[in-house]
Amino acid sequence: MKCRVCGQEACIGLRAYNTALCADDFIFFLEKRVSTTIRKYHLIDAGDTPIVAVSGGKDSLSVWHILNRLGYPADGIYVDLGIGDYSRTSLVKITQMAEKLQRKVYVLHVRDIFEKGIDEVARAIRRVPCSACGMVKRYVMNKICIDRGYNVLITGHNLDDEAAALLGNLLYWKDEYLWKKSPSLESKDGHLSKKVKPLFLCSEREMAAYAVLSGIDYIYEECPFSVDAKSLEYKGILNKLEESSPGTKLQFIKGYLKKIKTGKEEKRDMAYCETCGYPCYGDKCNMCRLLERFHIEKGMDFDEYGGSSLDSNQTMVT
Amino acid sequence: MCYEKAVKVELEGKIYDVEKPMQVSRLLQQFSLSRETHLVVVNNRLVTEDHRLEKDDQIKLIRVVSGG
Ligand code: SF4
Ligand SMILES: [Zn+2]
Ligand SMILES: [Zn+2]
Repeated sequence: MKCRVCGQEACIGLRAYNTALCADDFIFFLEKRVSTTIRKYHLIDAGDTPIVAVSGGKDSLSVWHILNRLGYPADGIYVDLGIGDYSRTSLVKITQMAEKLQRKVYVLHVRDIFEKGIDEVARAIRRVPCSACGMVKRYVMNKICIDRGYNVLITGHNLDDEAAALLGNLLYWKDEYLWKKSPSLESKDGHLSKKVKPLFLCSEREMAAYAVLSGIDYIYEECPFSVDAKSLEYKGILNKLEESSPGTKLQFIKGYLKKIKTGKEEKRDMAYCETCGYPCYGDKCNMCRLLERFHIEKGMDFDEYGGSSLDSNQTMVT
Repeated sequence: MCYEKAVKVELEGKIYDVEKPMQVSRLLQQFSLSRETHLVVVNNRLVTEDHRLEKDDQIKLIRVVSGG
């Protein structure tokens, strides 16, 4: 196959776009799509201070890389779950990227707070690791934004993640989640930061290709607790459809985006945690309950690695 | 043509030998993998499905799907 742009040997065929591209032209093509997505859906506006939730995987490291290349200076935040080699290797890949981008990355070590890894924390409160993990991550991500003045939290969710979640929500008509999959979730009352997904129109295959072609060294292994067999099953089914009808996943998500405007936002009164001020649905947020359960009184400290801090003088080129 | 038995393929940390040089699409079929879920890197270069593998090529199959 030849590159549609320059005629040289192509390195990737993109059947959803009926095209094939060489390395340089593919990188340009993908970064342009992310840039257009950011502007079209107002994910990051002039004056915003974005921070990327990084895990060490291909998507989060790539979105961090792309944003900085597109002229959106962004720092990173990583929650070290304390899961042996997996967490250690992830941290290495993340600090390498921070160095490469000359950006700062904040790291919260779960073991520094609880003196145990997230799996043991979960066991102590009779939850599965992913449930405790999700709760801690949500809290920490929000806290870093509020404490350190970042107003947009970027995540690396890609087209396949979104399509798989949408399929799951549709199959079981999970009304409460169905309309909450917008690429941009607005902030609430200054207590919850805005969350955006600049990769939601980029497939997992494109993101892996981008990482390989850009020399992004990501962690290939999965978190040992990622046994979400359902989401992998949905991804498999969607990829079978994609194989026979290229562009299916993109149509699925684009159709959803058109309909989402009509989705009604459910109003639920938000209360604030009396200990930390984090939004919650009782007197105390889950994180403060968890800390109490382990008799932990010390505050949450972030380690900071590398790079310069967010420089407000740096101009954003969009 | 057994003397051509020199195509080594790496997948998930394991090395496999492949009978003879062939097209990338054929290789994916042999491993029962879809082009949607795996990328093929030959001698450190990402290649398309119509690329022809040669003797002594270093081949790596990269899974693109991640869970969760
Ligand atoms: S798989 Fe579960 S425990 Fe592992 S990072 Fe994901 S949510 Fe956390
Ligand atoms: Zn080209
Ligand atoms: Zn609280």
